[in-house]
Formats: sequence, C-alpha cells, structure tokens
Amino acid sequence: MKKYVIIGNGTAAVGTIEGIRSIDSEGSITVISREDRHVYSRPLISYYLEGKTDLERIKYRPDSFYTDNRCEVLFGTEAMSIDPVAKTVSTSNGQTIPYDVLCVAAGSGPFVPPFEGLDTVEKKFGFMTLSDALALEKVLSKDAKVMIVGAGLIGLKCAEGIRDRVGSITVCDLADRVLSSILDADCAAVVMNHLEKEGLSFLLSDTAVRFEGNKAVMKSGRTVPFDVLILTVGVRANTGLVKDAGGLVNRGIVVNSKMETTLKDVLAAGDCAEGFDSSTGTNRVLAILPNAYMQGHTAGVNMAGGSIELTTSIPMNSIGFFGLHMMTAGAYVGEMKEIRSENSLKRFFVKDGCLKGYIMIGDTGRAGILTALVREQTPLSSVDFDLAEGVASNMIFSREARRKKFGGVV
Amino acid sequence: MKRIYVNEEWCLGCHLCEYNCAFANSGLKDMSFALKNKKIFPRIHVEGSDRITFAVSCRHCEDPICVKSCIAGAISKQNGVVKIDRNKCVGCLTCVLVCPYGALAPGEDGIMQKCELCLENSCGAPACVTGCPNKAIVYEERSGDEK
Repeated sequence: MKKYVIIGNGTAAVGTIEGIRSIDSEGSITVISREDRHVYSRPLISYYLEGKTDLERIKYRPDSFYTDNRCEVLFGTEAMSIDPVAKTVSTSNGQTIPYDVLCVAAGSGPFVPPFEGLDTVEKKFGFMTLSDALALEKVLSKDAKVMIVGAGLIGLKCAEGIRDRVGSITVCDLADRVLSSILDADCAAVVMNHLEKEGLSFLLSDTAVRFEGNKAVMKSGRTVPFDVLILTVGVRANTGLVKDAGGLVNRGIVVNSKMETTLKDVLAAGDCAEGFDSSTGTNRVLAILPNAYMQGHTAGVNMAGGSIELTTSIPMNSIGFFGLHMMTAGAYVGEMKEIRSENSLKRFFVKDGCLKGYIMIGDTGRAGILTALVREQTPLSSVDFDLAEGVASNMIFSREARRKKFGGVV
Repeated sequence: MKRIYVNEEWCLGCHLCEYNCAFANSGLKDMSFALKNKKIFPRIHVEGSDRITFAVSCRHCEDPICVKSCIAGAISKQNGVVKIDRNKCVGCLTCVLVCPYGALAPGEDGIMQKCELCLENSCGAPACVTGCPNKAIVYEERSGDEK
C-alpha cells in the first residue's frame, strides 16, 4: 500500500486527491494543511464579503470529501521541511511523516514590499485567505475610508466585494493601468472608466512610499488618508520547501509535464509550481484556479502509477466587476484585430497562423470555443475564423470537423 | 451512457428545442404561461447560417474541463451527468471561458444553468429530443461512448 503525502489543502490538493483516487483506492493519503479549515474556494472570498456566498457554500468540496476519499488531514499543521533521501516531511507539530510519493501543493503567499512605517498602520490586511476576509469584515463600516495598494485581480475583486459596506475606496498601483497582468492599455482604460463610475478612485503610476498611521505618503508627493489599508501588491509562489530540499526552482517550482520536480518522487502542483504555457511555448507560473486543479489531477494520477501529461495550460481569466464582464486568454502577441460594438470590445491576437490570445470585454458568450483554439493552438487555416468575430460559434468549424467534435457518425 | 446527438442535415432551425427546454425546466404546467412574451433562457441553443443549422447542448464530456475549472466547486459529474449546483455558483462564467462547445450560458438570474438531460425535471427524458419535429436531435448510446 502506497503512502501519499500532500503538502497543502487547496484546489491543487483536491485535484491531487481526486487524481490519486481515480487510480488507487487503497493507498493512504495524508494532507498537511496549514489552514485550520475544510477546503474552500480561495477566489470566492470577495464574493463572501459581497454576500454572494457564505461559509457553507464557499466550501470547494462537500463536508464528506476527506472521508469519501479516505484522507487523513492534519489541520493547522505546517510542513517545515522535506528530506528527499529519507523521504519524510517534518511538520510544525514535530511529526516526521514518511512518504512513498509526495505532492507539494503549497500555493502562493502575498508579496509585501518593505514599506516604511507599515508597522504604524493599525488596520492593515492582506486578501488571500478566508481568514483575511473575515478579519477585514470586522472593520468594514459605512464611513470607512479604504486604501487598496495594488490594482490587480485580487485588489479590484476585493474592492467590488466591499464597496457597498464602506465609505470610499482609493486604489493605487505602480503600473500605469488597472489589471496590468491581463489587460493591455486600451482595454484597461475601458474597465477603469467603468470602475470609476461605480465609485472607485484611482492613483496610477503611483504607490505608497511611506505610511504614517492613517496616512499614506505617495511617490508623487500626495498624501492619502485612510482608515483601512489593504495590501494586494502581488503574490509569490511558495517554493521554499522544494528549494531547501535541493530541488530546482525559478519563480515557481520547476516541473515537467507530468508535474515531477527535479527531486525523485516529489511532484508539485498549483500556484507554487510553474507550468507549460502552450500559448507562448514557455514555462511560467500560471496562478489560476483551473490550472491548479488540472496540475493537481495530473500529479495525482502520475503519483498513483498512471502516466499522463499536462501540455495545454494557458493563462486565462473570466472576471467581472460591478456588472462588466471580461474574459482573457493566452498571450497578446502578433497581429491584433479589434472588433468594437456598442457594448463590447474584443481584441484577437494572431501569430504563426494560430490564435495566440484574446481580450473580450462586455459580450463574452461561448468564449470557450475560442479559448480552445488558443489552448490547442489550432491552425486558423482549418477554421473560418472571420465568423468568430461576432458571437463565437461552432460555425467556424467545417461540417466534418463539427461532426467529429460533436460525436456524430461520419 | 446515452447522450444527446444532433444530425445537422435534418435540423430545420425551428428553435422548438429551445422552447421545449425552457418549458421543461420552468417547473410550470402550462407552456404558454411559462414562455409567452418572455425572453427564454434555454439550455440548448441553435447555431447556424441560412443554409446550415444545428442545436448545441452539453456533451457531458468524459473528462469535463468545466468541472476542473469551476472556481466554486459547483460543477460535478454524477453518474455520467455533468451537473451544476446553482446554490454554489457565483456567476463568474469561468465555465463559459473553458467549454470548447460553447454549451453553457447563464440563466435569467445570472447564475449558470446547463443541460442535465431533463432527468430530474418534470419531463424525465430530454425534452429537446422528444419535441424535435424532424428527429434531428436524438438521445442514444453510440460506439466509443463512455459506459
């Protein structure tokens, strides 16, 4: 009977557990969970503050999940080190846990630059975990002035979640635009315009250089008074355990397409790992939930003796703010074609005869048809791509391709 | 495992499947009361041009990417049927972002809904199939299908 150990208890861990159990119903699974909580959906913490989910519904899997999958979960326990020779993990509780095969699904943590005077701020929060959201919730009040440092996905989702529960929100970012990780300048301008109409204020190309109690002194020289400070500058992959054990890490833990690290019998998955981005043909950290699950599942299957590879990951996001929805996928390289209509802005990026990426704001219906073209790097010569510029449709495929795709008898 | 298949040569493009779907999932007994003068939100939709039309609904994939991608853990596969827990869905549309068939769309309330083969509504069997006037939509097991 194989001994499986998983470090982490998030989406990638669930993928790993389900991957293992799809092959091996016998082996023992031990999950080392720093958070003392049943697995929940991290991206839903802003929806929690907005009232769109609650502490029950936010659970990523049912209460019976660990029992159903016969997992032993060590809640509130941190993995301290990996010994890849003895094949053990030592924990914050002083345990030494042996493994036959290990998956590191340790996620990512907030990156907080060394701001001068940050210790003088009384009400300051990160926004990564449910505990962060619950702590923040306690200080929300209708007259609170909130400052958010970081206009990325996490910061703006947080802003949406709390807007109706606070007095005002000012968001600053060193970048010259909002959502700089997923939008180009023109698209970001459209979204920012919408966010300003919804009551958010922005200070871009600017960041706090110093905090003095309830005041931020900005690089531009201006000062921003606030009651509540939220730091969402960025995230960093938790690579330390593998690095300290002698494994290769870049920005994330280096893995191959089977999710194996350079350490024998140690795999990695999720936000702590890199992955192969098929839209650019390069390895990078793809810190998005679908990728965490798929990497975890791939790792799990391979840990249990299966042999599968994950070669079709891409960066992709579906996200909305105050009723304006957008979807993005892949890389924004090559020739750009823009389609504007009254309610939407679409940009397609084509290079080497393939759709490399897209940005769609507003109308996003059936976008998955296009996402698949990016993921699979389908030659556009095999489809009628002009038709995709309206609402995405299966009409882009030939009759034969469609018949094959939908399982018809040829 | 039976699935819904569409023979596009036989599809008339009449959109009756959309109405039958919306009615079957309305929970109401009277079709005109359920649908008349209302914008409908069916779980099957007809695509096409002047010459070609075909209906698209969930393929209940063997390896469903929507299940793997759902950020709320609201989509699962049970006994071969891909189902959504509308109570957990937050309407992020990540399933729309990833479904290669374009088979999912939100309901009237912005929360996702999808074809669950009418197995649990009043119809009991796919209403789009039963009501298709030209038998272009069929519900059957084909070779190569997941058992």
